[in-house]
Amino acid sequence: MAAVKYTEEEELLILEEGHDPHFHDHHHGDDKYRMSFISHYIFSMDHKMIAKQFLVTGMFWGIMGGLMSLVFRLQLGFPEESLAWLKPVLGKWITISETGVGSLDPEFYYALVTIHGTVIVFFVLTAGLSGTFSNLLIPLQCGARDMASPFLNMLSYWFFFLAGVVMFASLFLSTGPFSGGWTAYPPLSALPQAMSGSGAGMTLWAVSIILFVVSVLLGGVNYITTVLNMRTKGMSMFRLPLTIWAFFITAIIGLLSFPVLFSGVLLLIFDRAIGTSFYLSDIYIGGQALDYVGGSPILYQHLFWFLGHPEVYIIILPAMGIVSEVLSVNSRKPIFGYKAMVYSIAAIAFLSFIVWAHHMFMSGVNPFISNFFVLFTLIIAVPSAVKVFNWISTLYKGNIRFTNAMLFAIGFVSMFISGGLTGIFLGNSAIDIQLHDTYFVVAHFHIVMGVAAFFGMFSGVYHWYPKMFGRFMNPVLGKIHFWVTMIGAYAIFWPMHYTGMAGVPRRYYRFDSFEAFSYFGEINQFITIAAVVVFAAQVLFIINFFYSIWNGKKQTTVNPWGATTLEWTTPIEPGHGNWPGAIPVVHRWAYDYGKDGRDFIPQTEPLGENESESH
Amino acid sequence: MSELAAQNYNRSKIHPQKFLLWIGLASLVMMFAAFTSAYVVRQAAGNWLEFRIPNMFFYSTAVILASSLSLQASYAAFKKNNTGAYKKLLLLAFVLGLTFLVMQYLGWQDLVSIGVELTGNPSGSFLYIISGVHAVHVLGGVGVLFVALMHAYGLSHKVTEKRKLRFELTLTYWHFVDFLWLYLIVFFVLQAS
Ligand code: HEM
Ligand SMILES: [Cu+2]
Repeated sequence: MAAVKYTEEEELLILEEGHDPHFHDHHHGDDKYRMSFISHYIFSMDHKMIAKQFLVTGMFWGIMGGLMSLVFRLQLGFPEESLAWLKPVLGKWITISETGVGSLDPEFYYALVTIHGTVIVFFVLTAGLSGTFSNLLIPLQCGARDMASPFLNMLSYWFFFLAGVVMFASLFLSTGPFSGGWTAYPPLSALPQAMSGSGAGMTLWAVSIILFVVSVLLGGVNYITTVLNMRTKGMSMFRLPLTIWAFFITAIIGLLSFPVLFSGVLLLIFDRAIGTSFYLSDIYIGGQALDYVGGSPILYQHLFWFLGHPEVYIIILPAMGIVSEVLSVNSRKPIFGYKAMVYSIAAIAFLSFIVWAHHMFMSGVNPFISNFFVLFTLIIAVPSAVKVFNWISTLYKGNIRFTNAMLFAIGFVSMFISGGLTGIFLGNSAIDIQLHDTYFVVAHFHIVMGVAAFFGMFSGVYHWYPKMFGRFMNPVLGKIHFWVTMIGAYAIFWPMHYTGMAGVPRRYYRFDSFEAFSYFGEINQFITIAAVVVFAAQVLFIINFFYSIWNGKKQTTVNPWGATTLEWTTPIEPGHGNWPGAIPVVHRWAYDYGKDGRDFIPQTEPLGENESESH
Repeated sequence: MSELAAQNYNRSKIHPQKFLLWIGLASLVMMFAAFTSAYVVRQAAGNWLEFRIPNMFFYSTAVILASSLSLQASYAAFKKNNTGAYKKLLLLAFVLGLTFLVMQYLGWQDLVSIGVELTGNPSGSFLYIISGVHAVHVLGGVGVLFVALMHAYGLSHKVTEKRKLRFELTLTYWHFVDFLWLYLIVFFVLQAS
C-alpha cells in the first residue's frame, strides 16, 4: 500500500482525514483501487453493497415464503383437489392415493405454515427491511463515509446468510422442517419426539434463529453507534430525517429484545439436548411418563413474547420511517408534526416492551395481571393514531406526485389503519376469549404487519432504487404491481375477519370436515385465488427489479425526486466513501418543502439572512 | 453545496469502538436480565428445590474481583510506562481469570456432590446454566487477556493511542464480566434466602 501514489483528490482526503485509521479502506472509485470481485460483491464492507445483499437475500426468502403460503392456501381452499402435480417439487410430502389423488401430508402442512411465518417475520421483514434500509440510508442520510464498523457490518450480513442456509437445509430433512408454529412453543419445540418436525427440524430452526440473533445484534450496535457518533457537521438529532429516527430506535429495540429471545431459545436447547426441565413438566407420550419435572411452558411464552411483541415494531418502525419520508417528498410538503412523529416512535418503542402478555391472555396467565397488559396495549393505539393523523395531514392539500413509492406509502397508511383497528379488539382480554387463535388474529397481523411492512419495503425500494442502481424501475409495471397487491391483499385478508369472528381456528389442516366451519368453503376458495393473483403480481415486481438493474431508465440527475436529504448529494453512483470530496455540512432540517415559495431547499443550504429554521 | 465538512465528523469524545462495546454490553445485560427474570418467574410458580450455594462460588467471586483490580493496576502501570508492573499485573489478572474458571468448575462439582444435578429441578439447572453462560463470557475475556499478554511480552512498551484504546476495551469488558458475576452471585444469594 505504501508504494501506491495517490491522486490529488485522494491526497486531499488523506489530509482531511489524516487521523482516520479507516481511510485506507475507502477507495474512491478510481480504477487503480478497484476492489477485486470478491471484496466488492461478496465480502464487501461497503454499506451500500451490504444493503443490496440484505435486499436480494430478503427477496429470495420472500419468494420462498410466498410459495409456501400458496401451497397451504391451495390445501385450505381446495381440500378435495388433487395436488399430485406438486409431487415433482414436494416429493414424499405429497401422498398419491390409489385413485391418483395427491394430498398434502398434514405434518408438512404444519411445517409450511411454520417456516412461512418464521422466514417472513425474521428474514424478510426484519433483515430484508431494516437490514437493507438501515445499511443503505444511515451513512448516506447522516453524512458518514460508512458504518462505524464496516467489518462488523459485513459479519452481520454473513450471519444472516448462514442463518438462512441452516433454515434452508432444514427443508430437506427426511423428517421435515420444524412444524410447531413460528412461535415455537414447547412442548412441540422442546420434545424431539413430539412430532416429526420436532427432531432435527427443530434443532436446525433453533440454530438458525441463534445465528440470526447474532446478525441482528451486530447490525444494531453499528446502526446505533453510527447515528449517534458519525453524523456530519450540523446534523443535530432533530435535523435527522424520520427514516433515521426510525432505524435508530428500531436498532435499540432489537438490541434490548433479541438477547431475551436468545436466552429463551438457549434454555429450549438445553431442554432438548441435555434433558433440563425449564419448559417441560409431567409429560406423557404414548402412556409413558417422561422424566421432566417442574418446568413451565408459560415461561417460554413470556420469554418469547418479550421479544415477540417488540419484534413486530422492529418490523413496522422502519416501514413507518420510510413512509414518512416518501409521503413528505411526494406531497412536496414538510412532514406534519415532525417532533410528534419522533416522540411517538419513542413512545411506541417504550410501550412495546410492556405489552407482551397480550399474546398470552388465553394461556393461563392471571386475569388480574392481564388487566395491566390490556391497559398498556390499548395505550399503544395513541401514538399509533398520532402517526396516522400526521401522515394524513401531510397528504392534505399536498402537491401529490403519484410515483410508485408514493402509492405504496399511501397503501401503507391504509393497511396500518385497518390492521391497527383490529388490534384494539384483540387487546381487550374479554373479546380475545373469542378471537384468540382464530383467523381474526391472522387477518389482524397480516394486514398490520405483513402487508403494511411489505408496502413500506416496496415504497423504499421504488424510491431509493436509483440510489442503489443508478436506474429507475419501470413505472407501468410498478403501477400494476401496486394496484393488484393493494386490492388483492384486502381480498385475501378482509374475509378472514369474518371467519375469525365465527370462531374458525388458525393452523387447521382442513375445515370441510367440520360441521361448523365447512360453509366457509367458498370464502376459502376466494382467498386462495386472491393469494395466487397477488403472488403473480410479486413475480412482476421481481422481474421489474432485476430487469431494471441492467435495462431500467438511466438516472441522469443526482436528485431525481427533488428531495432535501443528503443521500441525493452524492454522485449518481457513489463510490466507497460516498462523497468524492469532503462530506457536506448540514444547515437545516430534512423537510423544507414549499418553504418561502421554493419547491424544496436541500439540507446543505445555509439559512438565509432573515430565515428562521422551521420545525 | 455551500460549505464542506473537513472530515468524517466524529461527534462525541468517546471512541466509536468503545461505544460499540458499551452497546454490545447492554445487549448482554438484557440476556442475563432475561435469565434472572426467568428464574424469578419460575421460582414464583412453586415446586422449587432449595439448597445452599456452595462456598466455592464465594471464593471464586473474590478471585475474579482481584483479577479486575489487578488489571486496573496493570493499566495504570502501562500508562505510567512502568513496564515491569504492567507485565506482571497483566499476567496476574490472566492467571486469576483462569483460576476463576477452574473454581467455577469445582463449584459445579460441589453442586453435584450435594445432589443438585444439571437436569433435576429447575432451581439447580438455572444455577448451572446461568453460571455456565457467564463462564463462557469469562472464557472470551481470558482469550482477550491472552492477546494482551502477547502484546505486552512481544512488543516493546510504547504508550500509543492505539494500544491504549485496545487496553481500555479489554479493561471495560473484563470489568463487565466481573461485575456481572457479582450481580449474579448476589442475586442467587438473595433469591435463595
Ligand atoms: C393498536 C395497536 C395494536 C394492538 C392493540 C394489537 C393487539 C394485538 C393482540 C391483543 C394480539 C393477540 C391476539 C391473540 O393472539 O389472541 C395481537 C397479535 C398480533 N399482532 Fe397486534 N396489535 C397492534 C398492532 C400491531 C402491529 C403494529 C403489529 C405489527 C407490525 C402487530 C402484530 C401482531 C402479530 C404478529 C400478532 C400475532 C402473533 C401470533 O400469534 O402469531 N400488531 N395484536
Ligand atoms: Cu403484540
